Amino acid sequence: MNANPYDMGKIDIAWCPGCGNFSILTIIKQALAELNIDQEKLVVASGIGQAAKTPQYFKCSYFNGLHGRAIPPATAIKASNPELTVIVHSGDGDVYGEGGNHFIHAVRRNPDITVIVHDNMVYGLTKGQASPTSDEGFKTPVQVNGVFEEPFNPVAVAIAMDASFVSRGFVGYIKETKELVKKAIAHKGFALVDLFQPCVTFNKLNTYQWFREHTYFLEDSYRPDNRIEAFKRSLETEKLPLGIFYINDKKPVFNDNLDIYKQDKRPLFERTEDRNGKLLEVMSLMK
Amino acid sequence: MNETIARELKDDVSIVLCGEAGQGIQTVERLLTRVMKQAGFNVFSTKEYMSRVRGGSNSTEIRISSKRRTAFVNRIDILIPLDKDAITHLACRISEKTLIIGEKEKLGDTGCPVIDVPFTKIAASVGGIIYANTVAVGMIMGLFRIELDILNEFLGRFFHAKSADVIQKNKEAGAKGYEIGVNLSRQGKIDISVQRHPGVKDEVLANGAEFLSMGAVAGGCNFIAAYPMTPSTGILTFMSQHSADFGIFAEQAEDEISAINMVIGAWYAGARGMVATAGGGYALMVEAVSLAGMIESPIVISVGQRPAPATGLPTRTEQGDLEHVLYSGHGEFPRLILAPGDIESAFLLTQKAFNLADKFQVPVYILNDQFLADMYYNMPEPDLSKLKVERYIVKTGKDYERFGFTESGISPRGIPGYGEGFVDVDSDEHDENGHITEDFDVRKKMVEKRLKKMGSIMKEIVPPELYGNENYQSLVVGWGTNYSVVKEALEYMGRDDVSFLHFSQVYPLHPDTAGYLTRAKNLILIENNATAQFGKLIKLYAGIDIQNKILKYNGLPFTVEEVVYYLNELLQPHAEPAVARAGV
Repeated sequence: MNANPYDMGKIDIAWCPGCGNFSILTIIKQALAELNIDQEKLVVASGIGQAAKTPQYFKCSYFNGLHGRAIPPATAIKASNPELTVIVHSGDGDVYGEGGNHFIHAVRRNPDITVIVHDNMVYGLTKGQASPTSDEGFKTPVQVNGVFEEPFNPVAVAIAMDASFVSRGFVGYIKETKELVKKAIAHKGFALVDLFQPCVTFNKLNTYQWFREHTYFLEDSYRPDNRIEAFKRSLETEKLPLGIFYINDKKPVFNDNLDIYKQDKRPLFERTEDRNGKLLEVMSLMK
Repeated sequence: MNETIARELKDDVSIVLCGEAGQGIQTVERLLTRVMKQAGFNVFSTKEYMSRVRGGSNSTEIRISSKRRTAFVNRIDILIPLDKDAITHLACRISEKTLIIGEKEKLGDTGCPVIDVPFTKIAASVGGIIYANTVAVGMIMGLFRIELDILNEFLGRFFHAKSADVIQKNKEAGAKGYEIGVNLSRQGKIDISVQRHPGVKDEVLANGAEFLSMGAVAGGCNFIAAYPMTPSTGILTFMSQHSADFGIFAEQAEDEISAINMVIGAWYAGARGMVATAGGGYALMVEAVSLAGMIESPIVISVGQRPAPATGLPTRTEQGDLEHVLYSGHGEFPRLILAPGDIESAFLLTQKAFNLADKFQVPVYILNDQFLADMYYNMPEPDLSKLKVERYIVKTGKDYERFGFTESGISPRGIPGYGEGFVDVDSDEHDENGHITEDFDVRKKMVEKRLKKMGSIMKEIVPPELYGNENYQSLVVGWGTNYSVVKEALEYMGRDDVSFLHFSQVYPLHPDTAGYLTRAKNLILIENNATAQFGKLIKLYAGIDIQNKILKYNGLPFTVEEVVYYLNELLQPHAEPAVARAGV
């Protein structure tokens, strides 16, 4: 356990005691170690928020960019160097709110990245405003009469768009979630893990207990290859299913569609060959 | 035909085609510029067009000249109006010397003398009105008395993908037009004496967007993400079309925010990337520019200026975004702004931009405009042997620190997956290894580290170019795409006491600037904007307030004639300092 190569030892962590993020940190470190991911070839991209600080707390290369903008650089990092394993860690506000457009288009592009969304249904870092996934009626200093919009359903949206891997977990179930995360990382293509995580400071509604009471695991007999069935399950609200909703491994992966990788598999930085001959050829067609 | 329109042309003919969008002006422009170049003429074309796909009035000016001319002129020597509105649209540019050639039947009564050439009917007689454009091209070839073989050979190549029948009909259409042109020329309607240069045939004819893109390729660019927006779309198009040729990742992003964040991610992972956008699209990218400043990411940003605020005049030109790119992005961090004067400079500076960005780990701008992006002319193939792709990526060791303090402020830049180290970058203030910090001492050091890079940047500023006599009395000061128009105006004026100082790097300002300016008794600033933005920059960094200004902001580039006119006004002895506002 303490021999985990990702472990940074004793460090100052900015999360509140009891924060769901601690479990996520444990889960991701274990998952990576168990998957034998080449540590030098791992990049974690994140945006801004408490979740987005995750890569600060384990040994890895990371790109901690702008709020809402973790997915575009993650897509580009994978497109520039296919040998890298690229994982996004960010929150619900970051990925579903500020970065909603990128989320949608990443599903369309289907880059081989894993997007782990720490979904605590509240804005933590800015101290307790509603997030896109906050429940109706959720009162905050800004949503004074309670949220009246229907919560964003990332799982349903991803399935509706035929995302290649759609899943949901809850940090209260460490073992199951670790297995889920491992599958998501191993999946070739865009993999979503919507990861329920209580915010102990600002969300008194969606607590550990609330999640235990309001979730259940998709049964063993459930097969994640039926989009309609997956969509049906994603719409359940009484009790929220956990597990892998949907996998479409036939969906072409972004890098495989790119001309630059059709003949040559090397990362872009290794391609230092002179292109002047080709440039002259192109110019000669303009003569 | 009316005697008054018989005229003598010297060695520089301005041909203007004008009609609705969708009538084929662009096809004629493409055909004519190429075939003229093939015949050994220097060609230049610039277009002004409306933001619509069909209808309206668009025009293209094609200059055929003995000497290479790359500026917009007001004068129209030969006008080919494709509809009646064309005459109204160009009324202020038509003079009694303009030879108007068109289809009387289509044009109706224009109030101007028109030489009637029924292009459409002739085309129909050959096999379809679709060939009308080729008839027009043939006619112009005839006016210039170019050998018909050149046209025929060219049409064969131009339409090589079409059937033999189409090629044959184009040739027939070209020949019919040609005959008319030769006849007009024989009748003395027009006398053209433009010189031909055999070498021109082997030159490259492309537009500003294409040359800028090729400069990027020569600079080692292998990644572009952009969102289509006039006048920058040509860059994304070129890079996409040549993605396989050069190994370039080219992606149309969902928005500009995604585009620039992708490109910054790409540099982080070892690619050499650029974004191409216009002022409005750039506005969306601004937060990420600040990110590049913070994580010391190289990035090349092409901003094609067009008249704003907001959507403005989407298809027109302006130099209104200098302050926008200079002051955009929250916080303090170095940057570099290049502003090519012409196509050749667009090629060379974009090539250089990638090396500068990589070397200093800062945003580097190619500030251009619609005028540059859309202009075509022939120029000799650039000498690529002199251009080097400079790469500054280092292999990381185990204890690598991305933001390690150095004398110059520039830390060796590692990338993930190359070496044993971790490469950590953070938009938060960070320590040397890229981890978030709120330590005030580290903060102070990091601010100073980033700003210190300016010292190295200052040593490599592209110097301004002095055109004209070293011992000038008056100095015209300009930047970016006013390069050619001012040069040509001064050449026309022929005064050896007036010179021109042109800046193709506008920020940081070259340290010699004040020296150049203080040597002049009289300074005149010329800018394609309303508030003299570069003038403000000069005042700030060179301490000189230029009083005389020629400004234009109606959406069109300067013409040679108006630059001559306003320079003459402002150069009159004892004239009071003044601001001339050009355009109708």
